[in-house]
Amino acid sequence: MLEFEIVEEGQGKLIQPPDVEAFREWNRQKPKALVDKLMTEQEAISRFVHDGDYLATELYGTVRCPMSLTREIIRQGKKDLRIAGQGVLELDLLLAAGLVKQVEITYIGLEVYGVSNALRRAVESGQVEVVSDWSNGAIAWRFKAAAMGVPFIPVRSMLGSDTLKSSAAKVVKCPFTGQKVALLPALIVDVALIHVHRADRYGNAQIEGISGFAFELARAAKRLIISAEEIVPTEEIRRYPDHTIIPYFLVDAVVHAPFGSHPGEMCYMYARDEELIKEWAELSQTEEGARAYLEKYVYSVKNHEEYLEKIGWERLERLKEKAEKRR
Amino acid sequence: MASRNYNLTELMICVASRLMPDATTVFIGTGIPMLAAALAQKLHAPNLIPIFEFGGIGATLEELPLAVGEYNTFRKALAASGICDIMETAARGFIEYGFLGGAQIDPYGNVNSTVIGDYRRPKVRLPGSGGANDVGSLCWRTIIIMRHDRRRFVEKVDFITTPGYLWGPGAREAVGLPRGSGPYRVVTNLALLGFDEETKRMKLLATHPGITVQDVIENTGFELIIPDKVEQTEPPTEEELRVLREEVDPTGLYISKG
Repeated sequence: MLEFEIVEEGQGKLIQPPDVEAFREWNRQKPKALVDKLMTEQEAISRFVHDGDYLATELYGTVRCPMSLTREIIRQGKKDLRIAGQGVLELDLLLAAGLVKQVEITYIGLEVYGVSNALRRAVESGQVEVVSDWSNGAIAWRFKAAAMGVPFIPVRSMLGSDTLKSSAAKVVKCPFTGQKVALLPALIVDVALIHVHRADRYGNAQIEGISGFAFELARAAKRLIISAEEIVPTEEIRRYPDHTIIPYFLVDAVVHAPFGSHPGEMCYMYARDEELIKEWAELSQTEEGARAYLEKYVYSVKNHEEYLEKIGWERLERLKEKAEKRR
Repeated sequence: MASRNYNLTELMICVASRLMPDATTVFIGTGIPMLAAALAQKLHAPNLIPIFEFGGIGATLEELPLAVGEYNTFRKALAASGICDIMETAARGFIEYGFLGGAQIDPYGNVNSTVIGDYRRPKVRLPGSGGANDVGSLCWRTIIIMRHDRRRFVEKVDFITTPGYLWGPGAREAVGLPRGSGPYRVVTNLALLGFDEETKRMKLLATHPGITVQDVIENTGFELIIPDKVEQTEPPTEEELRVLREEVDPTGLYISKG
């Protein structure tokens, strides 16, 4: 029998087994009927996110990001979360709220505003365990492997680096060419949150602009919560089915969340709220500051509606105008 | 130096921008590469194709993106795709230049943006690879932009986030990385550097205005190859500075940091 020769193995822990058989069986029992899945953030999070879950979000914290869902997770105090990130604000908030136990990191930072102090505090104090490091491409490809229904995917990234050594990838010689390739284990997550431009009540979802890794993550999740700027009739979906990136049977809950990405942006709809992003960047420099932000924008409001009231419609309207001007 | 009418960030942006030829594909990360690409598009490279990791291909950089997925990365673009497609486009050899930054670099152009200190008990936990490893693995020519001092230019990086030439000639190919790819230039606040063909070690190419070869040597924590002839970087032109200040970064978000 011809065997793969394993040339190198990453030392990172594999905390989510790429069990594609179990995934098939899980997917088989998901309802294929068109069931109304429209519900509030509270209901969606309480029903489909559990303590200890492996959670992934898309796109990331300032761009088409499920912020209303993330804030609800924090209000409900879902804890011991294991996360894949890729994250700016959303993962930062979860880290600052002390709800994360383990992370597989590709990038957690504040982009133009520098490193994430919430991440630094969590990791340097040992409060959060970094189980592995990956590249952005690698995490997306791991979702892709899960989406393909295969246990791993061969790629040419990460080779020769310490990123590979601290991941859970393996390097083998290709059985066709003899060339070394990195094998990335499929990443099947317990629950994924994806914010979209529009969806119907059944979960058929459409995205505008870049698709990030929505296609792959939606197909790599056992449970999927969609939040949408707009809930549209199914006839609207049927008119342009080519725009549907996520068909309903992948979806467990649909939440109507206008400005659901705030303070992040939603392309063609509203721009990012620079002031609020800056407020987080500044406050999160200290633990007390981060707590004050969470108190002000998360704990002290009951739900997303109250959050939007607090931000103020006039301010939200300005973000819409800004996006409109750019088109 | 006193009569300089630009700051070092502006200088680095201009030098990086000159490295972007017209009608080329360039993988752009957050920060200076974005400004450099915008400047290049407005001056010598109107048909430059900036590529952003979350899907933007060929954006018209009228306004500076503040994130690698934000609207300006695909505003008036040719295509809005996704991260797998972009990384796979690089893997298939379509992307000529890849720009990235980092916290540490070694003589072979290996870059660290993951941790300072021990990986398991880090002194500083940095953001991590992000797209950097994919860029440095898969683009043809990697250009690294960094501040130049002995803490950053070190004999051995604490962690190889993104592979350069690893341990020398043939190393990339030996670990399975694409043949003929690797670090090409390093742009710093002191100099423009390249890599020696034979040894794959970092080599000084040009010093910036007012900077001596000795300054560069003193600020580098490893032995740098110094060729017989070291060029002088042309200072930013009036036109470069005007476009950079008035059109590329009119609010001074990056360039006011100096």
